Amino acid sequence: MKLGLVVDLDTCVGCHACATACKQWNTSGTIGPLSDERPHGKDPSGSWLNRIHSYEVGDSPHSKTVNIPMSCMHCETADCVTVCPTGASYKREEDGIVLIDQDKCMGCNLCSWACPYGARELDPNSGTMKKCTLCVDRIYDEQLPEAERQPACVLTCPTSSRVFGDFDDPDSEVSRLTRERAGQQLMPELGYNPVNTYLPPRIPKQQDSMSVSPMQGVRQLVNRIINR
Amino acid sequence: MHPAFSVLIFTVTSGAGYGLLAWLGAGQLLGFTQTLTVNQQIVIGLMAMVLVSIGLASSTMHLANPKNAWRSFSRFRTSWLSREAVFAILLYPVAGLYAAAIFWQWSGINILAGLSMILALVTLFTTSMIYASLKTIRQWNTPMVPALFMAYALISGGVLFLAVDAFFGTLKPQLQAVVMGLVVITLALKLVYFFWQGKPQGATIQTATGFSQASVRLLDAGHSAPTFLNREFGYQVAADQLLRLRVIMTLVTFIVPLALVYCVFGGLVGAELLGLAWLIMMAGLLLERWLFFAEARHVVRLYQGEQRT
Repeated sequence: MKLGLVVDLDTCVGCHACATACKQWNTSGTIGPLSDERPHGKDPSGSWLNRIHSYEVGDSPHSKTVNIPMSCMHCETADCVTVCPTGASYKREEDGIVLIDQDKCMGCNLCSWACPYGARELDPNSGTMKKCTLCVDRIYDEQLPEAERQPACVLTCPTSSRVFGDFDDPDSEVSRLTRERAGQQLMPELGYNPVNTYLPPRIPKQQDSMSVSPMQGVRQLVNRIINR
Repeated sequence: MHPAFSVLIFTVTSGAGYGLLAWLGAGQLLGFTQTLTVNQQIVIGLMAMVLVSIGLASSTMHLANPKNAWRSFSRFRTSWLSREAVFAILLYPVAGLYAAAIFWQWSGINILAGLSMILALVTLFTTSMIYASLKTIRQWNTPMVPALFMAYALISGGVLFLAVDAFFGTLKPQLQAVVMGLVVITLALKLVYFFWQGKPQGATIQTATGFSQASVRLLDAGHSAPTFLNREFGYQVAADQLLRLRVIMTLVTFIVPLALVYCVFGGLVGAELLGLAWLIMMAGLLLERWLFFAEARHVVRLYQGEQRT
């Protein structure tokens, strides 16, 4: 199995719900609390496993806002694992999930240096590295209804722009979406082979608004509504 | 990259220590330590190991969870940091045996001298590979980094060896010439490195976000206060300031110590100034190491809005 996420950059609205759901679930999960510094102060800081960046792509007036949520890509060539001197950082053979054994980490930061995606953050309290677990404590939990055996970020996404699945299965939804929507990896030239895949925004159909008179436009709209 | 002071101290002082030990071992093999008494050789070896130990102790200061540091010996097969830890510790018993061989004049002294020298150089190499193996930082991901780290160790260890040699009154002009030659080579390597680093190359905000055909600008980083990632990777120094520091570093690390060694070589000043030359060079190397971190730009910065690394 090669578990990972597909993120649809066409529908992601940048609401940060995935990040807060992630923090909420994982702060009481297998890797211990995700602690904060000055949570109610002027400059709150703390460890998060998922962060959302917003970009302007293209030049105005043909620009577009794109929100890119970033968490661990569970890379196939995970340098964060090979650089780890203590063996705390490891990649599971059975499903490819990259995890950190909190009992072994010595907090040297080297894995965060090796990660190009900023997926690893040092917990200010425990002094150990924290990262996305792909909600390993949810997805295999047989106490949960089957529909809920998914990462917290996927379950909470209001626009369903996050999909979880097995990339090794060609018929899974993640494989199908990657195929049909030309899903791509971020920064592929570094050679980490990230599993998480991003679906580029759909290209809107070109509409030449000037060639349609305002009245024609209204007539078309009314006809379309009536014909429904 | 954020220059952690403990790591600067670690790489500079342990580098000088390994360099000094390598010179002592080379002296045994090539015969230029024959002018030194047994006690003088042991003093040099002790100085080297004290410098190495100060460095290693300093290196543990930057660990956020040092109680697990003992586990760092366990991933020798994959991790350069683990290899460094193993070789650094392995050197102690070997250097101890070398000291015993000097003291009791064992017949196998050449083997132990050679082994100490090789282990010192191998440890230096493993330290530099921690940085050079990171594909995320193009300023570090180059074979020039291990070459430079070993060269710095050999020149700082070499000038210290000269200074101690002068203190014992057995200063050799040939050795001064060799060390001066190494300083010039190291300076040339560093200038080549600076030239290479200035070339635009590597990942850009386009490849980072996947929008390779359009301009991409950061609108919102997604957090209101600096995060771990900003603190660790977002270290920023003004470009003109960096240029100034590069010039100062080149003068202090290479030119001034080189001039001092040359003046001693030519008999213009007393040999005791070699100690001063070493101290100046060490100060310069600290600045060099600070620049090594301050100028390294991690690709995570692309996601924070930087256009290129």
